Amino acid sequence: MTRVGVVVFPGSNCEYDALAAMTSLGADAELVWHSVTDLDGFDAIILPGGFAHGDYLRPGALARFSPVMEAVTRFASDGGSVLGICNGFQVLTEAGLLPGALQKNRGLTFLCQPTTLVVSSTASVLTSHATLGQELVIPINHFSGSYTCDDATYDELIANDRIVLTYKENPNGSRGDIAGITNARGNVVGLMPHPERAMSTLLGSDDGRILLESFVTAPIASFVL
Amino acid sequence: MNSPASLHGALGLSDEEFEQIKAVLGRDPNHLELALFGVMWSEHCSYKSSRLHLRRLPTTGAHVLVGPGENAGVIDAGDGIAVAIRIESHNHPSAIEPYQGAATGVGGILRDVFTMGARPLAVMDPLFFGELNDARQRWLVEGVVSGISGYGNSVGVPTIGGELTFDDCYSANPLVNVLCVGALPVERLVLGVASGVGNLAVLLGSRTGRDGIGGVSVLASAGFSGEDGAASIDEAKRPSVQVGDPYEEKRLIEACLELLDGGYVVGIQDLGGAGLVCGTSETAARGGVGMDVDVTAVPLRELGMAPYEIMTSESQERMVAIITPENLAAVQAICNKWEVRASVVGHVVAPTVGADGVTRAMLRIRDGFDGEILAEVPASALADEAPLYDRPRERPDWLDAVLADDPTDDEPIGSPNDDLLDLLVDPAWVYRQYDSQLFLNTVVGPGRDAALLRLAGPGLPASTKGIAISTDSNPRWCALDPRLGTALTVIEGVANLACVGATAKAVVNCLNFGNPEHPAVMWQLSESIDGMAEACNGLNLPVIGGNVSLYNESGGNDIDPTPVMGLLGVIDHLVAPPPGWNWRDGDTVVLVGARHADGDVPFPLGGSRWATRRHRRGGHLTGVEPGALHATLPFVTGEVASICAGHDSDVTAVHDVGGGGLATALAEMVAVTGIGARVEELEGHGELFSEFPGRFVVATNDPAAFSARAADVGAPVAVLGVVGGERLTIGNAVDLSVEEIARRRAGALVDALEAN
Repeated sequence: MTRVGVVVFPGSNCEYDALAAMTSLGADAELVWHSVTDLDGFDAIILPGGFAHGDYLRPGALARFSPVMEAVTRFASDGGSVLGICNGFQVLTEAGLLPGALQKNRGLTFLCQPTTLVVSSTASVLTSHATLGQELVIPINHFSGSYTCDDATYDELIANDRIVLTYKENPNGSRGDIAGITNARGNVVGLMPHPERAMSTLLGSDDGRILLESFVTAPIASFVL
Repeated sequence: MNSPASLHGALGLSDEEFEQIKAVLGRDPNHLELALFGVMWSEHCSYKSSRLHLRRLPTTGAHVLVGPGENAGVIDAGDGIAVAIRIESHNHPSAIEPYQGAATGVGGILRDVFTMGARPLAVMDPLFFGELNDARQRWLVEGVVSGISGYGNSVGVPTIGGELTFDDCYSANPLVNVLCVGALPVERLVLGVASGVGNLAVLLGSRTGRDGIGGVSVLASAGFSGEDGAASIDEAKRPSVQVGDPYEEKRLIEACLELLDGGYVVGIQDLGGAGLVCGTSETAARGGVGMDVDVTAVPLRELGMAPYEIMTSESQERMVAIITPENLAAVQAICNKWEVRASVVGHVVAPTVGADGVTRAMLRIRDGFDGEILAEVPASALADEAPLYDRPRERPDWLDAVLADDPTDDEPIGSPNDDLLDLLVDPAWVYRQYDSQLFLNTVVGPGRDAALLRLAGPGLPASTKGIAISTDSNPRWCALDPRLGTALTVIEGVANLACVGATAKAVVNCLNFGNPEHPAVMWQLSESIDGMAEACNGLNLPVIGGNVSLYNESGGNDIDPTPVMGLLGVIDHLVAPPPGWNWRDGDTVVLVGARHADGDVPFPLGGSRWATRRHRRGGHLTGVEPGALHATLPFVTGEVASICAGHDSDVTAVHDVGGGGLATALAEMVAVTGIGARVEELEGHGELFSEFPGRFVVATNDPAAFSARAADVGAPVAVLGVVGGERLTIGNAVDLSVEEIARRRAGALVDALEAN
């Protein structure tokens, strides 16, 4: 059984939702307080949505200094699966685990709404079970979700197939309609939409399952390989 | 009467109240004591003008765990889960500083709910502004919505609905109400009671500053003097508005819930209106114990604060927990983890025997726990013994002329196509700014008849139950007849819950009225309470909490009476979403419920949105025939509940007929599905836009079976037409394309906000 740690910073608020999604997929998931410095024993780590440290200064800017982030960095460089959702994506970019930055939405308002995502790459721990071009209905919930990066980074993302999800209709003005990206190795993924909110047709969509199932089984798959 | 030049007058106390304070104390109060009475005896804290009337409301029921008077009402929802609910106003702060006013309104209501031991699960926001052709109104709307969004999203509680009303009567006095529901394991229920002599009062959360001093008395318990409601709105009152910090509140919520989980708390109380004096005197009065408060132990945001400022400050994000001394270290450890400040500011003490030989539980404010006593006042005198006023009430003499000016009689029909398009407003611009989905419970979110949540959350026992919440108001009805208008508003709320399959279990209310010193306003308030009592008695619904917001006036003009009803319903088995408005090609459209209003006029237009848009604000309000109503409401509820339980059904869509009437309900279903309908000729122009409640548009793919089930229980059904095509046609009256309906509805609010 995959053991998943869901990191909780003061101000995180999607930790229980991420925990519930992981548990529903059969993972052994638990909350990890941000002061923890040792992630031994975990197969995968999620940085959930919310407002870590109140998003003071800017989203993710303070969370990157939480003690757990050194451990997350080591965990990632050792090949562990790391997923940053929404605020977690912002933290990963601030921590330098993913390139680029998330700026305010084009319309300068918070947006909570369903979006249709297109799977642009299956070469990541989040998208390995999906098919290229597959459309997934997954909600967004952010104020600063417009992905941006310099030209060299963008070219590199394209060249190495690191854009994993794009918006079919761009809600926030992100560069290249980017909704989620991965690192070069494919084991660290950040995305602004919330797959953990799309786990049940009772709540409108279960399209998030295919992404999170990929994520939960990825560590086992790489172990088998 | 009060003497503005006197100290007590400046604190909002009348000369009579000043005399009463002297009688309570047996001496003249000092400055600090007078300040304590000034805030605790304010209208906002004491309900002194309304309390006599509120006693007429039904408040009990087998499932009611906590009724009015506590921080929130609580019902037993079954499966070991209790649901807490509370509604409040933050009207006057939002009029002056819309972002912070609305934000701190959210913060305050959350504290009321987690004070009961409940995790806040959802917020709803009924909002009332003036018409958007005025730039100030657009500024208010954007400020209030971004304040709710900025605070609510960050603090991590979803905002799942509300109401949006535009009417010129609110242009100088907008209303910002906020409702919160939370849930808790039944056994964790805690009350705001101090008990156990020797126990400690621990102040949790933010440091105390000078923000919000006099918020309840200076700001919330007096009208605005501004004549035009714009430039002359009282800038001097701005320092009475509090400033919110959602990150502090988020950590405070988590710390308090962890303290409650660990069993470390004897009682807990939030510090909102009237601050520390309210939190300490109310907990002490409820526990029948005294409290010594050391003002020097209160962490301060700035130097040089006087004791009266420390005791009455309304700085946000603060709680008082009553704990036993042996738990202090454990409480400090949990608070340290969450980076929440915790300071012992009070000691629970035994009641003391006064000079008159009478034993009283005293609130004593001290300069150090062993230091000088700065104020000494019976806790119950502050918390419970404010004077109660039976203020003069009089049916206004202008009302007869208003009633006689009935648009049903003589308002020209005009163009139903244009009228219908003008009535369509999609509030999505507002609710897209709110996180409506956190906690994975939102089955039906904002913008529908009622919100529907799974009854689940961290720490709750497993359950497949759901809860539904609706907020409803109709100031147009209540202006004509506050008694019947309020009763119909309650029915409208129950009907909204029926659309998502939930049975109403309890009511909370926020009574927004004008100046209670105006006899007409007191008459409206008293009538409204009677109407609520009649409707709730008729529907067997307990009222488990409420808030009264008076002095909603500006330049001497009172708002229309605006009682907001918050309805809480329960659905026993929620495994599939309700049908919503999603009718399909070929379905039959039926009207369920009494086709005609109860009276001589089948389709009254008095108080309708249609008439109000034509500046016809008069006319008679008509009720609903009780027999049809009492068959229809449970029938519709049962039909939807069956679908939510996972059973097959021929019912494909259900929508309550509310503001804007039948034509508007049909057009809304067209707009969200993109599928038109052909509706037969109605019985007259009035049927398009008449608004009396208890009616539903239902779509079914087996009309014979549906009608048979309705007939079995005596619920009236009338076939209206067929779903399909790219136009909505209603007889010869309405003929509009689906595209135009959808476009006008989607653009109405955005276009109005972007106008210059």
